[in-house]
Amino acid sequence: MSERASPSAGAVEWLARRAEAFVLPLAALIVGLLAFSVFLLFLGKSPLQLFELMWRGGFGSWFSVQNTLSRAAPLLLSALCVALPARLGLVVIGGEGAIVLGGVAAAAAGYALSGAPAFVGIVAMGLASMAAGALWIGAVGALRHYRAVNETISSLLMAYIAIALMNHFVEGPLRDPASLNKPSTHPIDPAFAIGDIPGMDVHWGLVVGIVACVISSILIEKTSWGFAARIAGGNVRAAQVQGLAVGPLIVGFCALAGGFAGLAGMIEVAAVQGNANASIAAGYGYTGILVAFLARHNPLAIIPVALLLGGIDASGGLLQRRMGLPDATVQVLQGMIFLVILFSETFYGRFKAFNPDLWQRRR
Amino acid sequence: MAKPLMINRRRFLQTTAMGAALGVAGTSLPLRRAFAADLTIGFIYVGPKDDYGYNQAHAEGAATLKAMEGVTLVEEENVPETVDVQKTMESMINLDGARLLFPTSFGYFDPHMLAMAAKFPEVQFRHCGGLWTEGKHPKNTGSYFGYIGQGQYLNGIAAGHATKSKKIGFVAAKPIPQVLQNVNSFLLGARSVDPAITCQVIFTGEWSLAVKEAEATNALIDQGVDVVTCHVDSPKVVVETAAGRGAYVCGYHANQAPLAPEKYLTGAEWNWANVYKMYVTKLMAGETLPNFTRGGLSDGFVKMSALGPAVGEAARKQFEGTLAEIMKGGFAVFKGPLKDNKGNVVATAGQSFVETAIELESMGYLVEGVLGSTS
Repeated sequence: MSERASPSAGAVEWLARRAEAFVLPLAALIVGLLAFSVFLLFLGKSPLQLFELMWRGGFGSWFSVQNTLSRAAPLLLSALCVALPARLGLVVIGGEGAIVLGGVAAAAAGYALSGAPAFVGIVAMGLASMAAGALWIGAVGALRHYRAVNETISSLLMAYIAIALMNHFVEGPLRDPASLNKPSTHPIDPAFAIGDIPGMDVHWGLVVGIVACVISSILIEKTSWGFAARIAGGNVRAAQVQGLAVGPLIVGFCALAGGFAGLAGMIEVAAVQGNANASIAAGYGYTGILVAFLARHNPLAIIPVALLLGGIDASGGLLQRRMGLPDATVQVLQGMIFLVILFSETFYGRFKAFNPDLWQRRR
Repeated sequence: MAKPLMINRRRFLQTTAMGAALGVAGTSLPLRRAFAADLTIGFIYVGPKDDYGYNQAHAEGAATLKAMEGVTLVEEENVPETVDVQKTMESMINLDGARLLFPTSFGYFDPHMLAMAAKFPEVQFRHCGGLWTEGKHPKNTGSYFGYIGQGQYLNGIAAGHATKSKKIGFVAAKPIPQVLQNVNSFLLGARSVDPAITCQVIFTGEWSLAVKEAEATNALIDQGVDVVTCHVDSPKVVVETAAGRGAYVCGYHANQAPLAPEKYLTGAEWNWANVYKMYVTKLMAGETLPNFTRGGLSDGFVKMSALGPAVGEAARKQFEGTLAEIMKGGFAVFKGPLKDNKGNVVATAGQSFVETAIELESMGYLVEGVLGSTS
């Protein structure tokens, strides 16, 4: 009896094991939107119109989809800067610093190599930005492991230092004298600009971000380093007892995370701005924290979450223009969704329907 | 007999409910497309529309367009100078049918507005603060700006009369030409009252950084400064902090008198309504829009806040006299002999720079009497 039933029961079990990870965040999202609707009704605005506009502005047409994808692209890399260290139990929130320094390093490399073949220039810019970001967040990891400095505080403070350093370079040694009222570095060689994905109005940063998420996922789930990182994230002492090199593991993961954030800065310079200036400190590093937490630090889940936030962001303009809502409304919405999803964390494992044993017993 | 009535009533309720639901959903449909002659204009701001500063000045100018017949206004605030602003412009064009766009932040110009202007040659773009150059920038783009330095000179006159310590202060964002010109003008205005006055300047390094602005204001007042002005995106923090400490304040960008009614002397304000009305009137009449627009107090691009209650009779007299001089045109704040605060001559005796002088657009120095450094 059980022999014959096992394939279908196995499928149900498989589903039950995974359904929780989808159903709970989805339910949380819906509750968040409902809570926001109540807030809107108090303002005397129609939630129906809001959701219709959000759909139209974020996903409802090809233009809106491209708008969403463009805004999601930088969030993929900046979220990885939070998600990777989180696997080791570290809360790194200073990705913004790695992004701006990566941007400055990329702009410097791009200007220095003017005239070189495009491929060489772009690769050099990418490597320079990753090195700068890796150094910055790698230092956060080293401070944590070897000097016991709290990584959350140090990464945040180092982000301020990074922004000050960027301003110093952009307004000082690297400044293009022609940039009078908006201090900027010299523009990179136009040959090094990375353009749009063919057939789309979205730059290549989106592809780079998705590839980085996939690589990170493989690293964490399929390699011995990822396994070691998960052990160290669960219990550092246990990992040390097992003889795992926890120090290099922490510094390495932080450096990789910073490298990805630095790469986001390079893409901002090479695909959007054309030089480094204060505009590259656009807050992607901070939105990345939100994305990573909503994705529960799962690199593959970062992709849909970044799309969701990109879509909310893309539709924000339409909400301002059509409904006369201030920009802060979108921030309230993001805040509500974030809180409800954090609350929903406490529900994991509480619902019997998601318990594979339940389905096993019925067999 | 009762049954059909019931159905009717139910149907009636159903239809009304549906109608109401459709009505709610329908309000967002682009009904305005029905009026083909309408002109939709998009405004994009880098900060909040009610910041008592740079963005509010633009939003106030934009708001005056609402009264014009056939004009539809679409606005978006807090748009960063990234791919976001490109998408916002595109969205205004695609979804709202905007034919004239005003991206008002300096950083929107290159590369963002230029990219969109190339993509939508039939849409007009006018940008605040940029330097549109013939042959270099597309024909459907342009830039406008105002000579507000003379407003800071008038601020300086009010400050020069109000100060007792002979020390005035300036909270500045970045040491760029537009800001340096304002700092220098403020000091020169004050020195036209008393040549012994000095002005301490503090650069915060960012256009909008409330904590540092408050720290800078407090630091100035701790050093004995008793009149403060600023050039940051939102003067709100500086004005409230200074007035809270008992110092007088001169405003910038917009009117901050409501924030400190007793301590507010006067302020240099933008008067963008005139500029925006000019563009819209021309476009609706089918005329070509100018690509390069500049003007000062005498052109109605800049205005002064009404003098506050703390401004004395002597101050009022000199203020109004100088304002009348400026309104005649050709007034020069920067005239020789003039040295910078490192001792270099920046204008020889007899040399003078009127507000339109191209040399002022690349100012890199602080004049003698300003305490502070550009780097």
